[in-house]
Amino acid sequence: MTERIHQLREQSLNAVNRISAERALLVTEFYKGETAGRVSVPVTRAMCLKHILENKFICVNPDELIVGERGPAPKATPTYPEVTLHSLKDLDILNSREKVFFRVDEETRRIYREVIIPFWTGKTQRDRIFSLMEQPWLDAYAAGMFTEFQEQRAPGHTANGDKIYHKGMLDLIADIEEATGKLDFYRDPDALNKQEELKAMKIAAEAIILYAARYGARLREMSAAESREWRRKELEEMAAICDHVPAHAPRTFHEALQYYWFVHLGVITELNPWDSFNPGRLDQHLWPFYKQELANGTLNEDRAREILQSFWIKFNNHPAPPKIGVTALESNTYTDFSLINMGGLQTDGSDGVNDMSYLLLDVVEEMRLLQPSSMVQVSKKNPDRFLKRALQIVKTGFGQPSIFNTDAIIQELIRQGKSIEDARNGGASGCVETGAFGKECYILTGYFNLTKVLELTLHNGLDLRTGKQLGLQTGDPGSFQSFDDLLEAYNKQLRYFIDIKIRGNNIIEKLYAEYMPVPFLSLLIDDCISNGKDYNAGGARYNSSYIQGVGMGSMTDSLTAIKYHVYRFNNLTLPEFIAAMDANFKGYESLRQDLVYNTPKYGNDLEFADEQAVMVFEMYYDAINGRPTPRGGTYRINLLPTTCHVYFGSVCGATPDGRKAGMPLSEGISPVQGADRNGPTAVLKSAAKLDHIRTGGTLLNQKFTPSFFYNEEAIDKICQLVRSYFRMDGHHIQFNVVDADTLRDAQKHPENYRDLIVRVAGYSDYFNDLGEDLQNEIIERTGHEGL
Amino acid sequence: MTGLIFDIRRFSVHDGPGIRTTVFMKGCPLSCWWCHNPESKLPACETFEESRMFDGQEFRQMRTIGKEMPVAEVMEEIEKDLVFMNESGGGVTFSGGEPLFQPQFLEEALRECRRKDIHTTLDTSGYASRETIERILPYTSLFLYDIKHMDDELHKRYMNQSNSPILENLRFISERGGQVIIRFPVVEKINDHRENLDQLSLFLKSLPNPVKEIDLLPYHRIGSGKYAKFGKENLLGSMPNYPKERLQEIGDFFKGQGFAVKTGG
Repeated sequence: MTERIHQLREQSLNAVNRISAERALLVTEFYKGETAGRVSVPVTRAMCLKHILENKFICVNPDELIVGERGPAPKATPTYPEVTLHSLKDLDILNSREKVFFRVDEETRRIYREVIIPFWTGKTQRDRIFSLMEQPWLDAYAAGMFTEFQEQRAPGHTANGDKIYHKGMLDLIADIEEATGKLDFYRDPDALNKQEELKAMKIAAEAIILYAARYGARLREMSAAESREWRRKELEEMAAICDHVPAHAPRTFHEALQYYWFVHLGVITELNPWDSFNPGRLDQHLWPFYKQELANGTLNEDRAREILQSFWIKFNNHPAPPKIGVTALESNTYTDFSLINMGGLQTDGSDGVNDMSYLLLDVVEEMRLLQPSSMVQVSKKNPDRFLKRALQIVKTGFGQPSIFNTDAIIQELIRQGKSIEDARNGGASGCVETGAFGKECYILTGYFNLTKVLELTLHNGLDLRTGKQLGLQTGDPGSFQSFDDLLEAYNKQLRYFIDIKIRGNNIIEKLYAEYMPVPFLSLLIDDCISNGKDYNAGGARYNSSYIQGVGMGSMTDSLTAIKYHVYRFNNLTLPEFIAAMDANFKGYESLRQDLVYNTPKYGNDLEFADEQAVMVFEMYYDAINGRPTPRGGTYRINLLPTTCHVYFGSVCGATPDGRKAGMPLSEGISPVQGADRNGPTAVLKSAAKLDHIRTGGTLLNQKFTPSFFYNEEAIDKICQLVRSYFRMDGHHIQFNVVDADTLRDAQKHPENYRDLIVRVAGYSDYFNDLGEDLQNEIIERTGHEGL
Repeated sequence: MTGLIFDIRRFSVHDGPGIRTTVFMKGCPLSCWWCHNPESKLPACETFEESRMFDGQEFRQMRTIGKEMPVAEVMEEIEKDLVFMNESGGGVTFSGGEPLFQPQFLEEALRECRRKDIHTTLDTSGYASRETIERILPYTSLFLYDIKHMDDELHKRYMNQSNSPILENLRFISERGGQVIIRFPVVEKINDHRENLDQLSLFLKSLPNPVKEIDLLPYHRIGSGKYAKFGKENLLGSMPNYPKERLQEIGDFFKGQGFAVKTGG
């Protein structure tokens, strides 16, 4: 990499994550002013964004090629008091916690004490949400039955389509005006709401143009003071780029990337949506610009690489906004899940891999940064060379890129009613979430603790940890005559808690539609403009809401253990089994040994165990899939955990699979840590028994030691392994390539492993930033030796 | 018809092309000093006590090595990974022990695989009767054929059997056009001297059809722990892993003789 990229990368790696009060102050100033409350809610929100972009500090890092920082400096992270207000105690926790900390200086603390806290107390979105949640929801939430994604962060999980590469903000304003002109105040009862929303979108579009203009001006100032001729010229060029985009459609490769970055900042400044924002199919978007400029001779590969690397570093400068409480536990990471897609298909269904796909892979390999995340979409039409190139990078052991099945993603989207073209232009964002990029609002609403439902079922609805009668009284387990009786009781408990979760979701969704519209994000996602409707209110072409199931493997093995020992071989009665669990297997070591070593487990391609996986899946699917959401969308399921399997495990007692109380649950659809003993093909076979096509994403983690990838032939076989899984409609697979000794050493000497990144679950993280329990779990996951 | 099987391992990637399932058959007429699977020699089930530390306590349980499995049951296991075999050009490998030691079962299993279009590889010492070879030859897509020593006396000493049926069977397979990869387990001071290499090379060159490749399998101590575990005597004692540089030289020798060579299996 060039010297400047090296410097920028170092700056990014060394920058300390800290809280910046800049945004909170500007928002508060705006809400204290004349405008807020005198105009409609969408217009208030748009003018608030404009106020921030008009007044925030304009940061340009030394010699960078892509400009724009959300805060006043890299990793200076804003807060969003209109959504969630941090107390002084929260700030102290953020400042002092060992992992995923954010430093809070005295001045920030003072601003919070004197300005932010007094103004926002009782007025935040979080306050609105909690005041409307009923007791069963509050109890279930406190017990760890589920989490709530929107209690501290706005809805999101969306990815950009290709619109911005064809239309400037001025073009979008023209579209807005056209839509406004078509409003029918005589017949459409929503005409006024639409007018206000469109007005807000226009203000938001103007705000980002203005922000770019401020950058243009700053770059010209810097140019005037610059002594190095080459940089002076560069600064002039960059200023000209900021004159052109985002007002107009980009003409060059550099303009395209700078436009995206302005848009990215607009989205994450307006609110704090989950998974920040995502460039989506970056190789598809950039390829026409790159190809044309190569032909014209206005760009060469080295320069393109340098611009891309500068772009990459911008993501790493932007940690996820600070999270506290349960939200911090379920997603305990700085990563903000911007998942760049490479490969896949073109709109017409042809192979989408191009030279830009390979160039982006080079950048991923060389940058070796936590952010952005990266993935390859692999269709049967894509060449093996592309997958093997990705595996060569996976081999280096920093967890990127993850590997997705394009053909499965397309089937999933089509099943959900998307057009074939929109499906082909889609992909996966966040961890593994399927979406129609640029056309869909697909919101993740929270994780759901499948294993905890079983625990309650085995205790007639009583939660031993909190001592509350949390669930339904589905019967004394001693009265269950058969395995089917147990399943029936489980299904009743499941539906009871899913209902509680969905009732809460439906209220929260309404609250976001009403109080927290996102006119800027709405500009980007079709068809918010032509519908005159906000992204958070159902303006997108497609709308989905997800509840993410966690603990598939643990749940399966638990049910299988009961079926095997109680109902098949009568080794013990169900009440005896429950007594052993309640004693955390103390005094039952021999039973636990049998459960761990001599009981069928999911992940080994054993029908006796895998049929429970399918059953758990089907019950979960039936409880959720197809139910309507208030913004006109549909509930669907996906199976992924981020770090929530650790939190959910911490609230679960011992489980019938032999897992002790408080230990992590299994993650995604991966087998319980260490339970897979028949090798990777058996794991893939077990995982493929679930119908991935009816989900919006599943996560399968396979840990390999580096020796698994030792030569070309070995990589060929991994490639064939992936292809086989995809032939069986598997959605996603990721490889954690690292050996246990390295990890143990990293635990002892974190200072020597500052750059060690491991795959956690759907994303990668610095090993040093993981909690000790998660570190231990990653060490324990089966290392498939053998090559 | 049943076979005595001691393990079926999936995602086996060293025993033939593509992703394979290897069926390990129990019982072997040879007794090689460096055998990696000492539990595979005896043509009968063996039971021994296994010990495991768990939760700070020692747990002991009896474990049986070897299981009589009908052809249909073995086929069911093999077919579980059909999708991987089809995708990778893989298949099944019968290994051991010595698969030819159970000719009836092997023939039926191989025929069944051929009927189902599954690529078959036989990992064998070649120590069998001519009749056995004739029976299995039509259903075997590839032989991984061990040549351990060219000197008959030394072969008897280290393997406990003569090498003449092995060499004659190889010539016969070659005459019939069978696909053969030679596997040469290289053991320091036992079969790695120049004379043995020369003779091996000469013999292979004298075959009517050329072998596809020579795989050099350097001695690895991986098996030594097993001897203790199963209470068997390890005749090689504490011999260290085969030196890499020397392996490279042997590889270069065979390459120089015009063979395709792979090391490490």
